[in-house]
Amino acid sequence: MSASEQLDQHLREIIQWHFSPETGCPFWLEWAEKNFDPRKEIHGIGDMLKFPHFQDESLRDLQPEVWVPKEYQGRPFNIFETGGTTGMPKQRIGWDDFRIDYSEFSEKISDEHFPRGEAWMMMGPTGPRRLRLAIEHLANVRGSACYFIDLDPRFVKKLISNKQFDIARQYMDHVVDQASTILKHRKISGLFTTPKLLEALAEKIDIFEAGIRGVFCGGTTMLPQYVRFIVEEVLENRIGFYPTYGNTLMGLAASVPLLPEDKFSITYYAPQPRAVLRVVNPQNTDETVEYDTWGRVELTTLTREFFMPRFLERDEALRRRPRAPYAWDGVAEVRPFGAMENKIVEGVY
Amino acid sequence: MSLPHLPALRKGKPYESLEQVEVKDHRTGEVLATVSQVNAGIIRRDLNRLGEARAALKKFTCEELMEMCAKAGEIFLNDTLPFGDKGHTQTPQQYVETLSRTSGLPHVMVKRNMAKINDALINMRTVLNGLTRGLDLGVLDVGYGEQAGCPVSYHPTTACLGLVMPSNSPAVNSLWLPAIALKTPVIIKPGREEPWTPYRLIQAFIAAGVPAEAFGFYPTDHEGSGEVLKLSGRALVFGDANTVGQYKNNPKFEVHGPGFSKVLIGNDEVENWPQYIDMIAASIAENGGRSCINASAVIVPKYGKEIADALAKKLGPVDPLAPTDEGAKLSGFANPKMAEFIDGAIEQGLADPGAEDVTAKYRNGPRKAELDGGVYLRPTIVHCDKFEHTLGNREFLCPYASVVEVPQNEMLGKIGPSLVVTAITKDKAFMDELLESDLIERLNIGPIPTMRISWNQPHEGNMFEFLYKRRSIEIAG
Repeated sequence: MSASEQLDQHLREIIQWHFSPETGCPFWLEWAEKNFDPRKEIHGIGDMLKFPHFQDESLRDLQPEVWVPKEYQGRPFNIFETGGTTGMPKQRIGWDDFRIDYSEFSEKISDEHFPRGEAWMMMGPTGPRRLRLAIEHLANVRGSACYFIDLDPRFVKKLISNKQFDIARQYMDHVVDQASTILKHRKISGLFTTPKLLEALAEKIDIFEAGIRGVFCGGTTMLPQYVRFIVEEVLENRIGFYPTYGNTLMGLAASVPLLPEDKFSITYYAPQPRAVLRVVNPQNTDETVEYDTWGRVELTTLTREFFMPRFLERDEALRRRPRAPYAWDGVAEVRPFGAMENKIVEGVY
Repeated sequence: MSLPHLPALRKGKPYESLEQVEVKDHRTGEVLATVSQVNAGIIRRDLNRLGEARAALKKFTCEELMEMCAKAGEIFLNDTLPFGDKGHTQTPQQYVETLSRTSGLPHVMVKRNMAKINDALINMRTVLNGLTRGLDLGVLDVGYGEQAGCPVSYHPTTACLGLVMPSNSPAVNSLWLPAIALKTPVIIKPGREEPWTPYRLIQAFIAAGVPAEAFGFYPTDHEGSGEVLKLSGRALVFGDANTVGQYKNNPKFEVHGPGFSKVLIGNDEVENWPQYIDMIAASIAENGGRSCINASAVIVPKYGKEIADALAKKLGPVDPLAPTDEGAKLSGFANPKMAEFIDGAIEQGLADPGAEDVTAKYRNGPRKAELDGGVYLRPTIVHCDKFEHTLGNREFLCPYASVVEVPQNEMLGKIGPSLVVTAITKDKAFMDELLESDLIERLNIGPIPTMRISWNQPHEGNMFEFLYKRRSIEIAG
């Protein structure tokens, strides 16, 4: 079965699941009553254009119970929050998705860089995001344990918006100090962090000498020159680098290994069929842009725990062609939407 | 032929970044070259490993380095030099043309600036003699020695000199040149519209025999500039009053902000004002009014209106001319928004009662003018009824000055910090007061244009005292 046939089949199953009274959640069942019954109208991914863009405000405004599929009722859920903004956060609930995403991702990293059984460390935003549990699960499926150093990105964003750069720097140093202490006293070979924290850690200690062999990084814009800097200078071409793009709503998009012709431009591929990414024309979001052209990232999430059609991410990216082992489009050089026009606070990410 | 590309230079080694900016002709928008941009992380890494850069310079004596400086001065002025890393070269004439096209400076001004830089380099011995007050520079080679019969020893205060350069005028580069002869590597973040002069100077130094490791050339963003300033043991800071304010009183930084240079006329000479008009006009308008040593205020005990009118009559009709015109006196703006901002700020100031744009009636059009796609500001002389007026003590990047009447005995109480003061007076008591003033960096007594500088007397900061500190020493025999 081709990737697109697989996707269509998966889509039909998910639509059936979320819009059937026996299995669906209150939110989508009510939505179908007011709009249309997707079970009748959605047969393939092309039909998804019949859905309007998902308004993620409902994740902020509604109580989380409205998202519980009937089949999951009575089973306690995890609550995860998106992004690093202040005010009432957007919340997504979940049960097993984060484990499934990260078990799948586990196959995409090499034993050379993340030796099975050897410990991991995560230095970055832990709760209330699902990332902390996800990273721990990823380490666990490879037979490894994981140490955690927390960083609160909401606090950092506030500091930077208030131009309190010195305090932001102190906070970052505080986080990095804790990480270097753990590395000094524990044997750790895999690291998950954000690029800025990675840079700061490598300025403080020699991370290869400290035992790190693989770095799994995500959470922010990584333009080609910056990737090159990380690969060539921070990791000195000695440590494996696995950039990722993901969030609470999608799961994890992995990058393909860099080839010389990529010139350090990273392309990510969504964990299809569980999530589908399109790069769309911001003026007409029904249209995808041409390959190697900038457009806005649109995400559709298709799992039994969470259905989210056509959510316009706050990101833009270049649309890339399918590349082995992925038979679908990729997104490259992801950056905040309108980054070239506006100054966007990305903090220590 | 491909477009020239200026790489970053990391301890002299070219580094082509995947991120590059285009530098364009300010009138046509034509791209003249691309410039590699490095991120702050690269700067942090390099600045933490600077030892070999200083070691490369330490191999030479100051005497040898001064000779290389002189040679570099000639090469900078006359030779064809490498222009980037794609096989391009640059003749002196091409340098003049490129710089003029991107900065808006007419050729004649670029050439004048070139000559100043050449002068500073070939006169490095005089410059250092002035800075060190005659120290035998062999003392710096050995680390200790004698001066005027006293034992002396100096140690360097930094492993490098950091520079975040402005784009307003190429001669500003002459400020850092003594660092090389003083065995101090330079880390330069060039101005966005003016990478040419530091790059050409570095090439001239290398051609003259100075080791390439002594030079860092890091085109970068705001964060990167901050790192250059933060991580260099000593750094020069350029900018407006707001920018430089945060670095004042920190011995790590030598601050170059607005000069607020002034011409004062004493009671004894004010009746002779007509004979000084040419000198005052030159102080205001030379180099397109872009320098911190351009006069931005003329303070007189009386005849303020008449003096303002005479200056306006002389400068008001000055129009933009083609960049190649030998008579060009105005400089175009690489960033037209800057011209708009200045024009707006002057208009806003004029809205406050008590000020008149005296030049308005002598101009051939509005203050903001366009010629062949370039944006210019015509000279502006504003008569203010008091020094405290919004426009009384302002400095702009164009020929601009206020003319204000202030009684002589109140002048020094009002002028505030002034980079250069030209005081036209023979009054001994007034001269004594001027000599006592701690507000004036450089004092010219008599009709000397504020623009005149002497190499053996720094008009702003002392690079030797900035880069070296004296210590006591005793060595057992």
